[in-house]
Amino acid sequence: MNDKILQYTIRLGDDSIILGQRLSEWCSNAPFLEEDLALMNVALDYVGRARMYYGYAAELAADGRSEDDFAYMRDQREFSNLLINELPKGDFAYSMLRQLFVDVFNILFLPRLAESSDDRLAAIAAKAIKETRYHLRRSHEWTLRLGRGTDESRQRAQHAIDDLWGYTHEMFDLDALESELAASGIGVDNASLRAEWENQVGAILDEAELKIPEQQWAVKGGREGYHTESLGHLLNEMQSVHRACPGLEW
Amino acid sequence: MAVDLPVVSAAYEARRAHREGSKLPEVWALLDRVCDPEIPVLSLWDLGVLNDIEHKDGQLVVTITPTYSGCPAMQTMREDIEAALRQSSIESFVVRETLSPAWSSDWISPEGRGKLTAYGIAAPKSCDSCQGAALDDGVLCPHCGSSDTRLTSEFGSTACKALFQCQACQEPFDYFKPI
Repeated sequence: MNDKILQYTIRLGDDSIILGQRLSEWCSNAPFLEEDLALMNVALDYVGRARMYYGYAAELAADGRSEDDFAYMRDQREFSNLLINELPKGDFAYSMLRQLFVDVFNILFLPRLAESSDDRLAAIAAKAIKETRYHLRRSHEWTLRLGRGTDESRQRAQHAIDDLWGYTHEMFDLDALESELAASGIGVDNASLRAEWENQVGAILDEAELKIPEQQWAVKGGREGYHTESLGHLLNEMQSVHRACPGLEW
Repeated sequence: MAVDLPVVSAAYEARRAHREGSKLPEVWALLDRVCDPEIPVLSLWDLGVLNDIEHKDGQLVVTITPTYSGCPAMQTMREDIEAALRQSSIESFVVRETLSPAWSSDWISPEGRGKLTAYGIAAPKSCDSCQGAALDDGVLCPHCGSSDTRLTSEFGSTACKALFQCQACQEPFDYFKPI
């Protein structure tokens, strides 16, 4: 069971670090200063979350690996993040709509993880939920402003939704490991969150006068290490300093 | 001028009672000199980061609680605690981080709230019912005390703060977020 909790913890750490790294690409590139600060705050929360998960993973693994090894010394086939987190940052609407989908998911997922029988996962979730409430308030507001703003902003927001929607299904897909951990009260049954997620996202998109696409395609594979072409580029940038100068401290 | 009355939260009362029951008042007093690197008027005790000091198995165990998951100041706080202990010739110690219970802005001491306001940062509202509540409801300007203030951004220069502007005196200011 220990090894299964380890795998689960690494997955959650991977989700966090990949989205945190992706968001950090906005640093000095956001539309205006306050937005730059906001995006970096959210990115930092995710990187911090990754450290908590990887720190726990390092303790569980007890094989000499540190949190840095999990972040910097694995290749893309070893990363098990959900694909939605690795997609390119796109334009601002794309990044904000992705945040909306992930934030609503986390608003539902984290309170459940906070009830985990694994004390450490429960503590990390209880900490993260407080930050996610802020994240969602902002991605919700931006969705409204984009959807009900100009023709241009509405088109871009709708384009983002159409492009991202097929990646949202993976969030509710459980494999054998996740099913077993959910059944034993350690992990979360993500599938059970789906109806409420669709409910809440649907209400926000309605309010923003945006549409859920009719298309019915779905991509998955992240949990097994099958990724889009985007992840390799992200890892290359994220890991380059650590790999060029192993063990460097400053 | 509106006055921000000191609020003593139940959470702070519990922290204070725990500290008063400690057998190591001199170490608490020593670590009262260690301040937040970003808000140097606030001690780690005031901020609610420093939460326990005890002797265990022959060494001193100092327990700190991180404010935000990714707060880069945590490492500096830890190093500053270690430096303060060494300066007082305490060599056998460990600084331990705990996530549970999760830090809340309600843990900030009443003195800390006063120091924040004097430093130009509006102190957070009570967090008992802050879940999902709008951020910009009746925040008082730390400069002129007006409640005629406007949220400019939910995220400020550090993870723990939001940006506001006072409509009365026109000054921008930071608001310490309730979480």
